[in-house]
Amino acid sequence: MTDLVAALGQRTLLGLQGLGRAVVLVLRLLAAVPAALRRPRLIIEQVYAVGVLSMVIIVVSSLFVGMVLGLQGYYTLVDFGAAESVGTLVALSLVRELGPVVTALLFAGRAGSSLTAEVGLMKATEQLSSMEMMAVDPERRILAPRFIASFISVPLLAVVFSAVGVLGGYLVAVGMIGIDAGAFWSNMQSAVSVRDDILNGFIKSVVFGFVAGWIALHKGYEAEPTSQGVSRATTMGVVHASLAVLGLDFLLTALMFD
Amino acid sequence: MASQRMIEIWVGAFVAAGLAALMVLALQIAGLTELRPPPGYQVTAYFDNVGGLREKAPVNMAGVRVGRVESIQLDSERHQARVVLKIDQRYNRIPRDTGAAIYTAGLLGEQYIGLEAGWEDEPLAAGGRIENTQSAVVLERIIGQFMTGMGD
Repeated sequence: MTDLVAALGQRTLLGLQGLGRAVVLVLRLLAAVPAALRRPRLIIEQVYAVGVLSMVIIVVSSLFVGMVLGLQGYYTLVDFGAAESVGTLVALSLVRELGPVVTALLFAGRAGSSLTAEVGLMKATEQLSSMEMMAVDPERRILAPRFIASFISVPLLAVVFSAVGVLGGYLVAVGMIGIDAGAFWSNMQSAVSVRDDILNGFIKSVVFGFVAGWIALHKGYEAEPTSQGVSRATTMGVVHASLAVLGLDFLLTALMFD
Repeated sequence: MASQRMIEIWVGAFVAAGLAALMVLALQIAGLTELRPPPGYQVTAYFDNVGGLREKAPVNMAGVRVGRVESIQLDSERHQARVVLKIDQRYNRIPRDTGAAIYTAGLLGEQYIGLEAGWEDEPLAAGGRIENTQSAVVLERIIGQFMTGMGD
């Protein structure tokens, strides 16, 4: 019985310790940002790795998400004689929710996992400790550029996601179903607002980029230096980042759209 | 891994694509309506009941959108709803004796204000007041009247 209580207490303490280390890590990363910005080449390399290489999956999935939204929205709205509003439905769902959220989830799977695995493996093969031996700060040299790169990439990817998704909805609604293009765009333009919808969606994606990069790097940095440990860290990184994104999305939605 | 120069080119293209997508969102999808609001002038109208009218609702004349509802407040002295309309500057020749009524778009649609042009030559000035107003039709009230009418 006491063992059970002790195990519970141990788990709680370990969880709190992990949370504390994650917060310490993000504070140190933020402190390392000015130093990392003085070496933009490292950041550009990482933007290439996490951003440019994620473009294909973002563009393809957003096109299909937009097309499905257009089709499903049409089937539902046509019953109410509001088929022209399908543009509004597609644009608002993409700009407010699906753009930032799905981008962050795909980013966590496509780029976050590779960040975790890379950093975890660097730790397991003692590259990070050898850097420290050479008086190179691994937080500045390795972690901060990756953190900044995800912070830059996710908002850009989310904006591309929304724009391409609306294009997909346009292709289905106007090209396939035959809704009037003028009505499609004018309904959308009168319903979508720059400040309430586009800016708030953008703020969401900035927050998600911050969180996705932070969790991925934290899990990699904390990984047990074994092959099993790295694999577990990669899985947990994707799971925790996805959960954090979905939970934060609810919080941000409740705060922003009243 | 691609060469440093190729990486830089790709990252540049990536950032440019992101900015272009942002422009598409602002211009094509949002229509960039509120960053440069069309110049307009305000007129006031008092209604006994605005029903479900909301701020930013359209103001139409002959079915054409000429402005929008700026604010709705209760006038505490008259106990009427004071609705401020913002009419686009290019429609500055609306007659002074124009009437305003609250209509519903479709059976369940959004409520809007319809203006019916009057006959006077003198136009409605900025800050002017629309005298002839007609309140929103509240469905419950009509049903109530119908029911009491049936009882007689």
